[in-house]
Amino acid sequence: MQTDIFLYAVLTMGFLGAVFAAGLTIAARVFAVDTDPRVDDIEEVLPGANCGACGEPGCQSFAEGVVAGKVPVNGCPVGSADVAAQIARIMGQTEAATRERQIAHVLCRGNRENAVARSVYDGIPSCAGSQALGGGHKACPYGCLGLGDCVDICPFGAAVMGEDGLPQFDPDKCTGCGKCVEACPRNIVTLAGISKKHHIYCSAKLSAKEIRKVCSVGCIGCQRCVKACPEEAISMDGRLAVMDYEKCKNSGECVEVCPMNTIQSMEQKELVKK
Amino acid sequence: MENLLLIFAGTVLVNNFVLAQFLGICPYLGVSRQVDTAFSMGMAVTFVMTMAAMVTFFIQNYLLIPLGLEYLQTVSFILVIASLVQLVEIFLRKVSPVLYRALGIFLPLITTNCAIMGLALLIPREGYNFIEAIVFALGAGVGFTLAIVLMAGLREQLEMSDMPQALRGGAITLIMAGLMAMAFMGFAGVIGT
Repeated sequence: MQTDIFLYAVLTMGFLGAVFAAGLTIAARVFAVDTDPRVDDIEEVLPGANCGACGEPGCQSFAEGVVAGKVPVNGCPVGSADVAAQIARIMGQTEAATRERQIAHVLCRGNRENAVARSVYDGIPSCAGSQALGGGHKACPYGCLGLGDCVDICPFGAAVMGEDGLPQFDPDKCTGCGKCVEACPRNIVTLAGISKKHHIYCSAKLSAKEIRKVCSVGCIGCQRCVKACPEEAISMDGRLAVMDYEKCKNSGECVEVCPMNTIQSMEQKELVKK
Repeated sequence: MENLLLIFAGTVLVNNFVLAQFLGICPYLGVSRQVDTAFSMGMAVTFVMTMAAMVTFFIQNYLLIPLGLEYLQTVSFILVIASLVQLVEIFLRKVSPVLYRALGIFLPLITTNCAIMGLALLIPREGYNFIEAIVFALGAGVGFTLAIVLMAGLREQLEMSDMPQALRGGAITLIMAGLMAMAFMGFAGVIGT
């Protein structure tokens, strides 16, 4: 009797397991989906954050895009050059054109001390909210609103709101995904290669007179940097000096001549803040 | 017929799987951030629940009971549910890649969902026949969908509100879940004994 129960139990469970296993095997055969093994290989290599920085909905669609030839092998801005090289190897290409890692910069130095506020904003704690409410609480219509939309959206925790009311980006954590660039309602966040040391920290297309009223570190459009740059990397966009990072060779001449201290090197900017 | 209606309404509202029996809390809190995904999850759970109820009914009545092996209920039902979810996954992947992508991680999640296991174990305990079991499973699925979609709607609203830092995320979700469970207790008197 005892052995009977034991036997029944083992046989029943074994039978059930076998039936389901057979069913699943048949189903897997019948409903097999042909996938390119390279898609899985590429997905394995990718960071897997599904951040969407490449323009695809996620890492899987990126991998499918690469295999289909719609997306370049170095299209993942988050993965390092190493990732691009590995994907290139999977795709059978020998040499991947590597791209310099980009990091984000807020082109504004108008912190609480430097820039004038024209009103007190006490609404939804978001730059977009302030911007929607009569065009923002800063007197400068191009200045950083300091409510941290870029900090909130950063998927990698690279952005921190400084005590002075300007966001700071950790160059080690920033992957250059560009989410903050899109999130900023004033479009003053930009991406630049990590090797670029000097930046024009102003986005205001205002005249010198207007700028002086609202900010003590804004670009007044004196064009000294344009003349000083040996690479001719700086040009005027109306009354604002703009850096062409492709041409910049880090000579640092612009930093020396800027009368408003608008142009700073990254290290110097950190010093000024401290 | 009246009996079936009673079972259905009773499972959806009075003995709601999530809010009265506290089964399936994990997806209820985890997948209730957006109404769309919450609804897909609800549909997937309803489907697997109904399938599982049918298969486990046969196993219980024509295999376990005749052989006197009722104590193997839990093990064999787990086997059924896991295989069923696998089957659904394979099937969906072939037939509707869009739906497969939309459900994504939820499908494997259903495998380890206690609501489905609970359902399979409750059916023999309640002594339902085959039709009653299916209606019961459907009711449980619809009840789950109702609870999770309601929750997702509330959470979408909350995204916009200015909340104290300490309450954000999980904390307020648990408070809302508690309030919803209490509100559903009001249904207890609707369907009499």
